[in-house]
Amino acid sequence: MTEPIVKVKNLSMHFGQASGFFSGPQRLVKAVDNVNLEVFEGETLGLVGESGCGKSTLGRSILQLCKPTTGTVQYRGTDLVKLEGKALRKMRNRFQMIYQDPYASLNPRMKIADIIGEPMYIHQLHPRSEIRSEVEKILKMVGLARDFADRYPHEFSGGQRQRIGIARALAAQPDFIVADEPISALDVSIQAQIINLMRNLQQQLKLTYLFIAHDLAVVRHISDRMAVMYLGKVMELTDSNTIYEDPLHPYTQSLLAAIPIPDPEKEREREANRVLLDGEVPSPENPPEGCAFCTRCPRKREVFETKKIDCSTKAPTFAEAKPGHWTACHLYT
Amino acid sequence: MGEALLEVENLHVHFPTPDGVVQAVNGISYSLGKKEILAIVGESGSGKSVGVLSLLRLIPARDCKVQGSVNFEGQNLLKLSDPEMRELRGNRIAMVFQDPMTSLNPVLRIGDQIQESVIEHQGISEKIAKSRAIELLELVGIPEAGKRYRHYPHQFSGGMRQRIMIAAGLACEPSILIADEPTTALDVTIQAQIIDLVKKLRREIGMSVIWITHDLGIVAGLADRVAVMYAGKIVEFAPVDQLFKTPQHPYSRGLLNSLPRLDARSEKPLEAIEGLPPNLINYPASCPFLERCSYQTEQCQIPPEMRSITTTHEVCCHHTEKL
Repeated sequence: MTEPIVKVKNLSMHFGQASGFFSGPQRLVKAVDNVNLEVFEGETLGLVGESGCGKSTLGRSILQLCKPTTGTVQYRGTDLVKLEGKALRKMRNRFQMIYQDPYASLNPRMKIADIIGEPMYIHQLHPRSEIRSEVEKILKMVGLARDFADRYPHEFSGGQRQRIGIARALAAQPDFIVADEPISALDVSIQAQIINLMRNLQQQLKLTYLFIAHDLAVVRHISDRMAVMYLGKVMELTDSNTIYEDPLHPYTQSLLAAIPIPDPEKEREREANRVLLDGEVPSPENPPEGCAFCTRCPRKREVFETKKIDCSTKAPTFAEAKPGHWTACHLYT
Repeated sequence: MGEALLEVENLHVHFPTPDGVVQAVNGISYSLGKKEILAIVGESGSGKSVGVLSLLRLIPARDCKVQGSVNFEGQNLLKLSDPEMRELRGNRIAMVFQDPMTSLNPVLRIGDQIQESVIEHQGISEKIAKSRAIELLELVGIPEAGKRYRHYPHQFSGGMRQRIMIAAGLACEPSILIADEPTTALDVTIQAQIIDLVKKLRREIGMSVIWITHDLGIVAGLADRVAVMYAGKIVEFAPVDQLFKTPQHPYSRGLLNSLPRLDARSEKPLEAIEGLPPNLINYPASCPFLERCSYQTEQCQIPPEMRSITTTHEVCCHHTEKL
C-alpha cells in the first residue's frame, strides 16, 4: 500500500439529452460529479451507496467504458481519459472488470474455453498453441474442473458462472480489477464462496480491487478502505474499520443504522436509538443546490446552529477531517 | 403462542414438467399465531415463495399438484371452491409481492387500486371507499394523500409503490399479511422504513405477518419465529433468539457463519457452505443437505423427520446432539 495505482481527479460523468426542437431545455444527469480518489497498490477499495448513486458509473468511467465528461484517471502515471483507440486497447488488459449479472455477462454461444481464451488471444499473451493449457490453469485457479472448458454457460449455476467471469478477467493478466456488485446476484451460501475466492486470488496474484457493492457488511469484510457515495458524490472515505466505528458523515451514519444485523439482541438494542432517514434520494436530474444530502439530513439544523451555514445553498467541500479520513460535510470544516 | 390462526400441515407442491416432477415443496408444516410475525428464510429455489403462493392458491391448479391441508378459521383453504377462495383472498389474507415496479397496474390510479378490494369485499359505496383509501395512504406514510390518491404508479418511487402495495393489502383489514420479499428490490434506507411500518401496523391493528426473505439481518430485527427452508423442506423452526443463538441444523448454522458481519470485522475467510443445493427434479432419497454437510454419517441416507428439541424448537436432522 505505497503508491496509488489509480488516481482519479475531479472526475465527472454527465449524461445529457441533446436539446432538440421539441425536447425543451437540455436535461443533464450528473451521474458522477467531481469525484477524487486514489486506489493504492494491493488494496481493496470498497465503493458503496444506494442504487442510482453513481457507483457503477464511476467504476465504468475509471475503466473508460464510458468516456468521462471531465477529469483525469491516472493509471500508473498514464492519463487514461486522453488515450483513445489502439493505445487504449493496448492498455486494457491491465485493468479488467467483473460484472454483476453472471447470467447476462457470458456469451451463451461461446464455450467456456473461448470465453476465457479470448482475452489471451486478443492481447497476444500466449502463443496460440498454449492458450488451451493456460485456460485450464485459470479454471483450476478459480476452483472449476478442467473439463468445464468444453461446456457452454447455460450448463452452470450462478456461482459457477461468476467464477467463469472472474476467470475471464484474470485471463488478461490485469493488476487492477473493478468488481461491480460481483456477488449481489448470488445466494447467501454461494456469496461467501466467491468472496473467499476473490480474497485468495488477490493474495496470490497481488491484485488491486475496486469493489462496488451496496451491501456494507460484505464490503467491510473484503475491503481495506471504503468510499461512500450519494447522488454522484463521494461523501466519506476512510479505512473500513473507522467508517464503521466512527462514521463522520450523517449519511454514512444513517446508512449504517439502516442495515439490519443478524443478531436479534443487537437489533433490539439498536432499534431503541435508531434514527430512520425520511424521504428518498432526490432525482439526479435535479439535485439539491447545496449539499446533495441536505434534503434528508437529520443534522442539518445542527449545522445551521453551530456553523451558521445553510446546507441547502452552500455545498461542502470534500476535505480531510481527521488524518486519512475524508468527508464532505460542513460539520467538520 | 396461544391459539393458531393459520395451520399448514404437510404441504406438498409438485410441478409436473416434461423433464420430470419438480418437487418444489416437500411436506412443510407450521402454524402462525395471532399478532405473530413469522419469517420464512431460504435461498432461491428453496420453495419459500411457492409455499405461500400455494396457500392462497395463486398457482393455477393445472400447473401443479398441491397436497396437504391449510387450516384458517376452521376451513381447509385447499378444499374451498374458487368463489369462496376469492372471497377470502385480499379480504382475510392479503399479499404483498416482491417487485413494486410490476405489481401495480400502470394504467389505473393508485386510489382505485387500493379501494378496489374494499368495494369488492365489503360492498361499501365508492365515496366511503375513497376516504378509506386516503386514510390508508396516510397510514402507510404517503404525504399529501388526498392529492396523491389520484396519481398513477409511474409517479411514485419504488419505496412509495411498496407502501401503496401494503396499503392495498391492508384495505380490508386482513388478519394475515403475506409479504414475499417485499424489500428485496429496495434500498436499505427505504427497507428500514418499510420494516418499521410493518412493525407499527402489527402493533396498531394487530395483524399477523408471514415475511419471506433471504436476508437473515431482517429476520433478526423483525420476526418472532423463524422457519428455515432448504430444498422444499423446513429444516429448522424456532423462536428468533434461539435460532440465532443456538442454531441446530447444519444448514442454518452454515448460513449464519457464512455471513460477513457489519459489526465485527474478521481477517478469517468466511465459512462458506461448499457445493450447491440439490436438483429438485431428481430429489435425493437421503437427507437433502447430505452432500454439503460436514456432519454426515450412514444414518443420513434415511431422510430425517422433523423433531422437537425443546417445546418451541424443531429441527430436521439426525445429529442435533453432536452439533
